[in-house]
Amino acid sequence: MLNLILLQLINGLQFGILLFLVAAGLTLVFGIMDFINLAHGVLYMVGGYVMAALSAATGNFWLSLVLVLPAMLGIGLLLEAAVFRKLHDRPHLDQVLATFGLVLILSELVKLIWGAAPLSVTLPEALAGSVPLVGPLRYPVYRIAVIAAGLAIALMLWFVIARTRIGMLLRAGAANPAMVSALGVNVNRLFMLVFAVGAMLAGFAGAIVAPILSVDPGMGDSILILTFVVIVIGGVGSVRGAFVAALLVGIVDTMGRIFGPILLKQLLEPAAAAQAGRTLAPMLVYLLMAGVLFWRPSGLFGRSTGA
Amino acid sequence: MSALLTISGLTKSFGGLRVTDDLSLSIEECTTHAVIGPNGAGKTTLISQLSGQLRPDAGQIIYADEDITRLDMAGRVHRGLARSFQITTLLPGFSALENVALAVQARRGSSFRFFRAARAEKALNDAALACLEEVGLAAQANRLASELSHGEKRQLELAVALATGPRLLLLDEPLAGTGHDEAEALIALLGRLKSRLTLVLIEHDMAAVFALADQVSVLVNGRLIASGPPARVRSDPAVRAAYLGEEEADPCCASRV
Amino acid sequence: MSIAKGAAPLVILGLTLLPPLASAAGDPFLTVIATRMVIFALAALSLDLILGFGAMVSFGHAAYLGIGAYAVAVLGGMGVTDLGLQMLAAALAATLFALPTGAISLRTRGVYFIMITLAFGQMAYFVFVSFSALGGDDGMALKGYSTLLGLPVLASGTGLFYVSLALLTLALIGLDRITRSRFGRVLRGCRENSLRMQAVGFRPFPFQLTAYVVAAAICSVAGVLLANQALFVSPAYMSWQRSGELIVMVVLGGAGNLIGAVLGALAIVGLEEGLARFSHHWRLGFGLILVLVALYSPGGITGMIRRILPAGRPG
Repeated sequence: MLNLILLQLINGLQFGILLFLVAAGLTLVFGIMDFINLAHGVLYMVGGYVMAALSAATGNFWLSLVLVLPAMLGIGLLLEAAVFRKLHDRPHLDQVLATFGLVLILSELVKLIWGAAPLSVTLPEALAGSVPLVGPLRYPVYRIAVIAAGLAIALMLWFVIARTRIGMLLRAGAANPAMVSALGVNVNRLFMLVFAVGAMLAGFAGAIVAPILSVDPGMGDSILILTFVVIVIGGVGSVRGAFVAALLVGIVDTMGRIFGPILLKQLLEPAAAAQAGRTLAPMLVYLLMAGVLFWRPSGLFGRSTGA
Repeated sequence: MSALLTISGLTKSFGGLRVTDDLSLSIEECTTHAVIGPNGAGKTTLISQLSGQLRPDAGQIIYADEDITRLDMAGRVHRGLARSFQITTLLPGFSALENVALAVQARRGSSFRFFRAARAEKALNDAALACLEEVGLAAQANRLASELSHGEKRQLELAVALATGPRLLLLDEPLAGTGHDEAEALIALLGRLKSRLTLVLIEHDMAAVFALADQVSVLVNGRLIASGPPARVRSDPAVRAAYLGEEEADPCCASRV
Repeated sequence: MSIAKGAAPLVILGLTLLPPLASAAGDPFLTVIATRMVIFALAALSLDLILGFGAMVSFGHAAYLGIGAYAVAVLGGMGVTDLGLQMLAAALAATLFALPTGAISLRTRGVYFIMITLAFGQMAYFVFVSFSALGGDDGMALKGYSTLLGLPVLASGTGLFYVSLALLTLALIGLDRITRSRFGRVLRGCRENSLRMQAVGFRPFPFQLTAYVVAAAICSVAGVLLANQALFVSPAYMSWQRSGELIVMVVLGGAGNLIGAVLGALAIVGLEEGLARFSHHWRLGFGLILVLVALYSPGGITGMIRRILPAGRPG
């Protein structure tokens, strides 16, 4: 039992790290640029497809992974120039409409190019095995590598945000969006940068899960909603909040699906427990979000709305 | 004589900064009390606490013998404690008349009425028009608030505050940004209101302050350094040093340049 | 808004003529599409009350569509097929769900409000997914159509269409009155500047919550109709994609003037059905249209009409 808990804890951690990679860029776009972007989830999906296409073409996992980064950066810049830039100072609802349209366009383009059937990416030999964890428990090397890569990126982001001039601007902007332009910063360039890097991180997340999950056109939808949950729990605009909330959501979701039904069996008869478990597990993260917003209407690390 | 508004030990901090520091003050009914002080002295924060927009960290606000410290903004307005805003806060997509009519509506009868067109309610419109006439804006009644000139917006701001039926009016820089003629007209209007309402006035325009106020309080860094009749405050050495001295001249003439 | 006054009767009149035109064209499927249009117009209209007039962007509004649809399934299963009773039950159930969730959601603002309404919508969705007595994930087929005064009016496509259209017209007139009333004026005031409203003595909360509940109840009626059209209910009615689609309908049409929501729903259902006849990949063109409208036509369809016909603008 203890082993199972440990195993699921690590699974939750790995899921949380992925969520963080997608959420980091979005929370900045949301918080600093005050921009509602529903199309962030499809960037994650596009990352998966680009990875699948590259690894099929080159046959080399590592090379493909490296190439995904500039490719996604380019796609991010392209989208920014074509659509997002023009919607800066427009009402939120126009942004919702445009990015909803983008979701449809990109999902359909992907189907047009690669078909609707799921694609898969094969793992390189070096990462295909598993390592012993505790006692008889073993854990796949690749999943550990995903966690390590995610943590490394989180660390890098922390460094950029806490230690550099751009980071200072981002923090100032998250606390008070009007201030960034008051500081004489070229807001358009900053937005372009934030958006493109966000696209790159989301695409990278899509690329590194490609070997674990299959790549399919719907993968962006499910992650988008969870990403929103993460951002809102963490507090819009706070990368630190997104990190904490992503791990929280990843672990709660993973643990809930496994242990919810087990725990309920102690309380209810099996049939009822199975039914209640099926409801409660996917609902858990939403309950968590509603609870957090009830006590802290601006999320865990969000700026308070009172002042 | 009993005070209409009594503040005692009022304290408010933002982070480490004390913007209202153990402030006590008493305001008599039907007097005009000006609060002056340099920028950042905490004047607007004080108004916000008196109107219920901000909650103080400590201290007490007694209005008409009732402790209103924890009462919300709407509750205070219903008791006759209304405010105007320094940065014009109007409903831009509503006509001037509707801006005022809403304030009348808040005071009169239920707003949970779902079928009759509010815009055609004569009783509300007549009362609103009377308020617009009082501030001299009746001719602009049907223009959108967003289309009014700056001075007209200041007038409308006053009309809305009057329409709430106030007993005590908190005025946060009613003259801010107005030109000379507009300011003269507004000062004359405040002079008329002064006889029937209690006014708490925050203003940078010293000519206006000394023309209108019965009592003047000087706020520096969230602290009251002097309070009393204008003549006494004007000659108070601490005030001259801390505030009026900055302008190095007779305060009467210094400001409106 | 003058545009609403002018356009609404035209739109309703045009819709009234659709079924005879469809049968004249020999394409009865057109009536089915037109019915879908009208039902979604009713749902979008209810969302416009809170989104357009109250600035409360609910991302969980489809939950009420589902609640209405399941009310038909549950009551039908118990032998209660009367449309009036079903609508009443649906509105009641929607109210019971909207009151507490709306009250909690209204503690938050802006983006947080969008997300917390999404959370409640998802909760409702998962409840019905796991309800095996009601078919769970797969949904369930209904035994028959609702009846109107004991008559099987809804069993014919034309009957269902005209009942739906009558309800849409009723809602349009009712909401037009409400948004112009004292209540509606306070709601609009809170949308424009909540602080100002408090400073003249209003507490926004009861007004916003009332609007939220009214919108929920009206949307549940659309759900009752939707269940009748498909003779089938499933949790898919309450998915977040559906909620998103309702928002898109309102925004595409132009928020805050009622007729915009109706036009938006007509356009979206029409585009979906129309484009799907041309190509498998119709979503590409559909998405492109949405992006172009967002970029180049602020205010959506009604905004466009207003620019083409500037005479209607007062002052």
